[in-house]
Amino acid sequence: MSIARKLLAAAATAAFTLAAAQAQAQDNVRIALVVKALGIGFFEAAHEGAQEAAKELGNVEVIYTGPTDTTAEGQIEVINSLIAQNVDAIAVSANDTDALVPTLKRAMDRGITVISWDSGVAPEGRQMHLNPSSNQLIGEMCVKMAADHLPEGGGDVAILSASATHTNQNNWIAEMKKVLPDYPGVNLVTTVYGDDLADKSYREAQGLIQSYPNLKAIIAPTSVGIVAAAQAVTDAGKIGEINVTGLGLPSEMAGHVKSGASKSFAIWNPIDLGYAATMIAYNLATGQATAEPGAEIDMGRVGTVTLDENREGAMAEPFVYDASNIDRFKDIF
Amino acid sequence: MSETTQRFIPDRLESRWTSLLKSWETLLVAVAVFVFVVNALSSPYFLNAWNLSDATFNFTEKAMIAMAMALLIIAGEIDLSVAAIIALASTAMGLALQYGAGTPELVLVGLFVGLACGAFNGWLVTGFGLPSIVVTIGTMSLFRGIAYIILGDQAFTGYPADFAWFGQGYVWWVISFELVLFALVALFFGVLLHCTGFGRQVYAIGNNPTGALFSGVRVARVKFVLFLMTGLMSGLAAICLTARLGSTRPSIAFAWELEVVTMVVLGGVNILGGSGSIPGVFIAAIIMGLVTFGFGLANVPGIVMSIFTGLLLIAVIGAPILWHRLRGEKTLP
Repeated sequence: MSIARKLLAAAATAAFTLAAAQAQAQDNVRIALVVKALGIGFFEAAHEGAQEAAKELGNVEVIYTGPTDTTAEGQIEVINSLIAQNVDAIAVSANDTDALVPTLKRAMDRGITVISWDSGVAPEGRQMHLNPSSNQLIGEMCVKMAADHLPEGGGDVAILSASATHTNQNNWIAEMKKVLPDYPGVNLVTTVYGDDLADKSYREAQGLIQSYPNLKAIIAPTSVGIVAAAQAVTDAGKIGEINVTGLGLPSEMAGHVKSGASKSFAIWNPIDLGYAATMIAYNLATGQATAEPGAEIDMGRVGTVTLDENREGAMAEPFVYDASNIDRFKDIF
Repeated sequence: MSETTQRFIPDRLESRWTSLLKSWETLLVAVAVFVFVVNALSSPYFLNAWNLSDATFNFTEKAMIAMAMALLIIAGEIDLSVAAIIALASTAMGLALQYGAGTPELVLVGLFVGLACGAFNGWLVTGFGLPSIVVTIGTMSLFRGIAYIILGDQAFTGYPADFAWFGQGYVWWVISFELVLFALVALFFGVLLHCTGFGRQVYAIGNNPTGALFSGVRVARVKFVLFLMTGLMSGLAAICLTARLGSTRPSIAFAWELEVVTMVVLGGVNILGGSGSIPGVFIAAIIMGLVTFGFGLANVPGIVMSIFTGLLLIAVIGAPILWHRLRGEKTLP
């Protein structure tokens, strides 16, 4: 035991300088994409986007890593090893808003660029956060998708939400209502709540179909609700008459898009998200941009992101999935 | 029972040096040195005092529990609820924080909850004569379940800055508080097991509980004390981990019990009880930490680490059996 400890102590001190010298020998910009857990399709797709950005930039090495299960402790271990490797930037989708802060602060103290994306870190633990989209963009997109497939002269539209207390859904619905005047054909009749339970959402959708004979579209801004509504429309034999749209997952919606129960739906595109996070991390790490309130940061083909007072920004409007691209994404997430 | 076996009885016991050379602990030291050298050669970042210091956080909390668990397993019992105790103790500390507790109170709450959970386990096992593996699988769900009921998908945050020192503080240069605490805990349990009458009673119980009882050992009381100590160490680990993360979620320390048991078994403790040593577990903890960190530096996905740990466990349990079989063939032609 004592031999091992002496070795450890001696070697640790002796090689201090050696490690520092070798670390500087790297000239590639090394960007670590830290995800909630490995083996999740959504994040594998983000990795694909990060590789695309790296190819475009040329001198970038992407380190794709994460714990085996979605815990903060696992991410801290991973981030510690990235700090040790003295990477240039860490872009993390956090398992815990607060628990990563002390570790990420240490990373920033050592000159590493730290950003969060998808799932954010508290402001003191990162330079900026990239949201996949914003409440406003999501609300607008939901109404637009419904309006696009309404018959001539418009029709009745209903919203099937999660529960009345869900902050996200309530914000999105409020934004939908704001843009309604721009879509005169859309006649919003009611909002019902399926509590994100498959059976309750299904029954609420059935109720809508029976109560509103002129119903032409159901907007469900929840991945549970949209599947239930599409199923209810299918079972009622109303495919082609009532269009289901909103926010959903390609893997769960592929069947309903093919049957025509849903002409289109939206969700963020994980490939774009990984691409944009890598672009931002590169621009910050190389000093081409600074993360401060009001800053506009370039994200290559995705556009630019503008940071608010919390140094947060929205990447883009949600990505629309329809019959033309559903096959490509249904295996991803 | 009339079957007779031929036994080889040596003229004298092996000398102290020979037995030390052949011991499990020596093999572990060799493995530790090997892992250290491989890491140092394969990554330029490994031999850096700060990086090695960061790496110790990967195992110190688990290793504290492993020390107490080693005694428990030597005595023929096991506690699989240790990670759940961490969750419950951390949740209790978070609750106390909401009622205005300061750092000393938080520490007391953490230790007390750990002790209480240990007492509950000990009472069920010794009071009713239930098998500990069943009891602690039950309390594993019970303790973590309570944490989930209290917290749901929420988190307790805002721990005071001086409390963070328990998980993030440094005693001297790169020597963290957690590392010092772990060394003290190891020393305590090393002395307790190897230099006291209590320690000899633990071995006696593990080898033959009935024999121990008839020799005047208060088997139930010793076992109860061992459960208390395991609970207390879990409470201590909860304090360190909570302070390190700065937040409490009910999923905290998820599945740590497996890693703790792995350390103990790798350290040469017989999973059936009766033999093992604290120095062995101490080196095993360091090996686990070095391997995790080495894999992290090479950006090896965590799942490979799990595979490695699994193979290691099988090898560790299988090697002695193979060894005896080989030796047996030599002495009994």
